[in-house]
Amino acid sequence: MKPRTIIEKVWDSHVVHEQPGAPALLYIDLHLVHEVTSPQAFSGLRERGLKVRRPDLTLATADHSIPTTDRSLPIVDQIAAKQLSQLEKNCSDFGIQCFGIHSSQQGIVHVIGPEYGATQPGMTVVCGDSHTATHGAFGALAFGIGTSEVEQVLATQCLLQRRSKTFQVRVEGTLSPGVTAKDIILKLIAEIGIGGGTGSVLEYNGSTIRSLNMEQRMTICNMSIEGGARAGMIAPDDTTFQYLAGRQFSPKGAEWDAAVARWKQLPTDEGATFDQEITIDANSLEPMITYGTNPGMGVSISGALPDPANIADARERESVIKALHYMDLEGGKPILGHAVNVVFIGSCTNSRISDLRSAASVLKGRKVSPNVRVLVVPGSQEVKRQAEAEGLPEIFRAAGCEWREPGCSMCIAMNGDMLQPGEYSVSTSNRNFEGRQGKGGRTFLASPLTAAASAVTGVVTDVRRFL
Amino acid sequence: MIPFVPFHSRLVPFPINNIDTDQIIPARFLKTTSKEGLDKQLFNDWRYDAAGNPKPDFILNTPQGQGAAILLAGDNFGCGSSREHAPWALTQFGFRAVISTSFADIFKGNALKNSLLPIVVPEEIHAELFAIVMRDPSIEIAVDLASQSITLPDGRKVEFAVDAFSKTCMLEGVDELGYMLKQTAAIDAYEATRFSTLNTRA
Repeated sequence: MKPRTIIEKVWDSHVVHEQPGAPALLYIDLHLVHEVTSPQAFSGLRERGLKVRRPDLTLATADHSIPTTDRSLPIVDQIAAKQLSQLEKNCSDFGIQCFGIHSSQQGIVHVIGPEYGATQPGMTVVCGDSHTATHGAFGALAFGIGTSEVEQVLATQCLLQRRSKTFQVRVEGTLSPGVTAKDIILKLIAEIGIGGGTGSVLEYNGSTIRSLNMEQRMTICNMSIEGGARAGMIAPDDTTFQYLAGRQFSPKGAEWDAAVARWKQLPTDEGATFDQEITIDANSLEPMITYGTNPGMGVSISGALPDPANIADARERESVIKALHYMDLEGGKPILGHAVNVVFIGSCTNSRISDLRSAASVLKGRKVSPNVRVLVVPGSQEVKRQAEAEGLPEIFRAAGCEWREPGCSMCIAMNGDMLQPGEYSVSTSNRNFEGRQGKGGRTFLASPLTAAASAVTGVVTDVRRFL
Repeated sequence: MIPFVPFHSRLVPFPINNIDTDQIIPARFLKTTSKEGLDKQLFNDWRYDAAGNPKPDFILNTPQGQGAAILLAGDNFGCGSSREHAPWALTQFGFRAVISTSFADIFKGNALKNSLLPIVVPEEIHAELFAIVMRDPSIEIAVDLASQSITLPDGRKVEFAVDAFSKTCMLEGVDELGYMLKQTAAIDAYEATRFSTLNTRA
């Protein structure tokens, strides 16, 4: 048999049916649901008189529009409250497990899937959310879908899909102190651009990827979509199996042993070829930060902003000029030392326990700048409990940070956590589009270490001076 | 869905690259549980000032931006999130096609499911279309999905690629779910061969 990539292996094993001229009918092993992209899909089911085909392969939670303040209080935003209660009603009516607003298992959908062992190697995983790519860290083919597709999966447990191209991202070498998984993915997107992965599924491999823990791998796969790729995958290994062992939805006993044996067949075969390849050198990597209005506009933190005068390509030059104008920054100048109003530590990219530990390692025994508001938003109730057990909230509060309830929060600014017009944030989230964190807000994307260091000084800061 | 028929229309020029879904419709408007009324929030943060008044110089607030069915956008249109609210807002405003040099994958799939035709043209045609509409904003082009072509004012036809299956669905006005529900026997057979230990209800 022809050597295959992990991307092709997972695809091939999920094709239900393929007719000439039509896309493949692809089976979905896990469908994650949240309040924002599902209500119209459930309405569609009701209009057609359809049931959910496999509620046992479906899991819902509330994360996007949910407040991150005291959950015992009523929700002020009546539209959000209606959306949240609609999710719970839809799940109840259709027999779906819902980790809703008052559940002890609530959290960001891309945090809880792996956390409870629902995400497993070799699966197809979808959700009405582009950061579904996160689950690819487990060797799952995981991608975001629209609401029409949410309805299709609810009704049939399938999707109509065309095969993607394959794109290998090799990361080789050893990360220096202060350089993290977030910096790897920001570097990749700066290299290939935000459309560089369009039409492709990425496979991340190489010695650096092997050395990362599951949470770091999730950070990388999470932002595959920011490079235009709907999905990014990492082959499962012992790190993956150790993470999954014993979790709520993980296989148990003899089923676990059988599952691990199957999962060990997933890695890309020797001799398999990719449509496209790139290599990132981890040894020379510095902390990265974005300066512009898309995630591809990233630079090494010690570097200078691009000078439009030196950009030959007219379209790229126009984009950079427009971005610098929105950000009110001057090309050619350093980004270090730029004043910051808000630091946001959270999101499906960087809200897991290791991210919070990383931020706390910088904030311990220090105070945040009086000019900066710092929000620390754990990714889930489970992450929050773990952080509390380790005493992290005390470190954050003593430093002057807000310790909040789990949710998407200021990554997407739907729930009242937002920047004011003109404010600058250093954010551990995934998108710096105009207004993403609040109308007129300006976002610098970076790692939890860089965010914490910048919180202390009140300006964009190279964390390596604190190490 | 209603069948997608040939039409001709003026173009709304929007020469900005990498227009992301947060610009097409900002996230704070996604708290709705309905698909309706989203046209008012299309390009909201570019379209209205801080007090909520239309900005007079924004293209959709000008006569040129109204009553036209084709958006002529910069490269890589629709990058970012999976929100189907983006094509809903565009179609409710009256757009039936978007012309660009490239589209983000999820947006393209969502658009096709909502009878919004993403038309990819070569860079030189893209540049020419901008030049034509800048010279004469009243100029119209014809769009024909059946022949997969647009017809420029001088009569030249430019062909574009479209997924054959999506094309059939759009021309016949049928949605994919209807087709998928007819595959139930194949899905049953596939499931019978699957070994899954997952039970999210356990």
